[in-house]
Amino acid sequence: MAAVAHPRPAGRKPELEINQTHADVTRDVVATLSQPSTGYLMLLACAVAMFVAGLLTFLILVKDGLGHAGYTPPVFWSVYITTFVFWIGIGHAGTLISAILFLFRSPWRTAVYRSTEAMTVFAVMTAALFPIIHIGRQWIFYWLLPYPNQRWLWPNFKSPLLWDVFAISTYFTVSATFLVVGLVPDVAAVRDKVTGWRRAVYTFAAVGWQGTDNQWRHYSRAYLYLAALATPLVLSVHSVVSWDFASSIVPAWHGTIFAPYFVAGAIYSGLGMVITLLIPLRKALKLEHMITDYHFDNLAKLTLLTGSILFYSYSMEYFIAWYSGSLFEQTTFWRRPFGSMWWAGWTMIICNAFVSQLLWFRKIRVNLAALFVISIFINLGMWFERFVIIASSLTNDYIPWAWANPNITWADWGILLGSFGWFSMWFLLFARSFPIVAIQEIKEMIPMPRRRAGGHH
Amino acid sequence: MAGRKRRGPAPGVLASFIHVDAAVDAIRALRARGHRKFVVYSAAPSHEIEEVLDQSISPVRLFTLIGGLTGCAAGFGMTIWMSLDWPTLVGGKTIASIPPYVVIAFELTILLGALSTVAALMLFSAIQGRRGIAYDPRYSDDQIGIFVPGGADQQGAVEQLLRSAGAVEVRREAA
Repeated sequence: MAAVAHPRPAGRKPELEINQTHADVTRDVVATLSQPSTGYLMLLACAVAMFVAGLLTFLILVKDGLGHAGYTPPVFWSVYITTFVFWIGIGHAGTLISAILFLFRSPWRTAVYRSTEAMTVFAVMTAALFPIIHIGRQWIFYWLLPYPNQRWLWPNFKSPLLWDVFAISTYFTVSATFLVVGLVPDVAAVRDKVTGWRRAVYTFAAVGWQGTDNQWRHYSRAYLYLAALATPLVLSVHSVVSWDFASSIVPAWHGTIFAPYFVAGAIYSGLGMVITLLIPLRKALKLEHMITDYHFDNLAKLTLLTGSILFYSYSMEYFIAWYSGSLFEQTTFWRRPFGSMWWAGWTMIICNAFVSQLLWFRKIRVNLAALFVISIFINLGMWFERFVIIASSLTNDYIPWAWANPNITWADWGILLGSFGWFSMWFLLFARSFPIVAIQEIKEMIPMPRRRAGGHH
Repeated sequence: MAGRKRRGPAPGVLASFIHVDAAVDAIRALRARGHRKFVVYSAAPSHEIEEVLDQSISPVRLFTLIGGLTGCAAGFGMTIWMSLDWPTLVGGKTIASIPPYVVIAFELTILLGALSTVAALMLFSAIQGRRGIAYDPRYSDDQIGIFVPGGADQQGAVEQLLRSAGAVEVRREAA
């Protein structure tokens, strides 16, 4: 009987066609876990070196105090808080792609969601370090938690900073859970292909997964509910972060648009990082047939959408500053492009509001070299956005004799560098240890061979 | 543990399929003959297989709901009780001020909802897990497997059924 192999389900776009069999998918993804190349080892060594530089800086800060980090009046929230918000934002695109697009049944996410989800977990792991570094006496960070202490003192739950503790720890836990649950069937597929000690490791990590009908029944439901829970969570996390600022009365912080403005910015910055990571990754792991131009085109369209929301938000901030009639608000916004930190203000506006508009052109969206350069600008622009919002808004305090720009020192740069090293180190280790493309979901996209013509549905 | 007997593999028939419609035919035929306790392996979930197995919806959702509601109650309960336990006036708000506590309650709703979902997934996988039954590594790759438990007296008929449905390989598993 002649087999009818891989009929395309009705209505599916030809761009989503994967001209491979299930066996090809397993083989190609398992191949990414083979012996690492010299280039990979060099990248990993660089990441570890950057992390060590950050760690040494941190140890000096623990020994001597935050004075090294240039904490001087009036700017006490500077590079560390900026970088904290930056990394939290990076995570958001991962959850958007893995959870929100899953609920929307958007099939193009399949090839890219695992790497973005891993990016989320490692970005939140990086971000979570910063409040601890910033508090000064890092060894008593647990005072932030509501635990029964000697005097039965409880934290102040009315403080947005405590909301952050709950939001970030929940975000990390749920994102990591979502990643691990998604990995289990793929780890089982790897287990069944490798030998020796690697088989023992993957057998342990696969927690007895065999892909039985009952396992899939519970798994599919659990995954759906995790996605449904992660969706409002991701929208809430950056809203809570934005309220760290919006609930104060500092001019340029006290805005009602902050929550949606920060969420759009977070997704925009995360998409920038996704593109920065995926373009070299798919080449290094030879996954061009799975992560195609079509995926980058869609990522770029999302970037354009969120970039345009940012453009609108920037415009509204200026409009409301003028319309409010508040001299302090107007002065603060005048200083952004024309004050002493004009270079930061213009970097933010150009990289975010204007560079993203280049993505209206399809030629640019599918030109990976151009897209890579744009993604670097987005990363840069979004770090500067947070730096401008946080640090520059504090430079002109209510006491004019204290007015001063942020005092950025070697300790700020050291920790910033270390955070990139920490993030890159985990991401690189993950990419070589676990399937960076979701084997099981790709297989769901490829119809199994049939004996008879005519597919299901 | 001394004296405890280790269970051997369950006896039965294990069939491998490369065509999804052949596997569906086999499941349909097995169910028509009154078989209910067989296991179907696949590398990815398949709507066709789910439909023909006529499975009920997973009870995981109940755990998600209970976890979420517990988290919400715990969030409000913890913040209100702790505020009243050490009353401090902050920002002119009432001692137990609900709006700021919504954030904590929301986060704990999500946290406990997610953790209880995973706990339920692990619990049901453990309870309904079929340890000691035959498995083939090809089922996580590109084939569908069906294991039908049964003694030697039933294995002949089951093997015949699975072969006629289109199995590419059938093997008998002794106890």
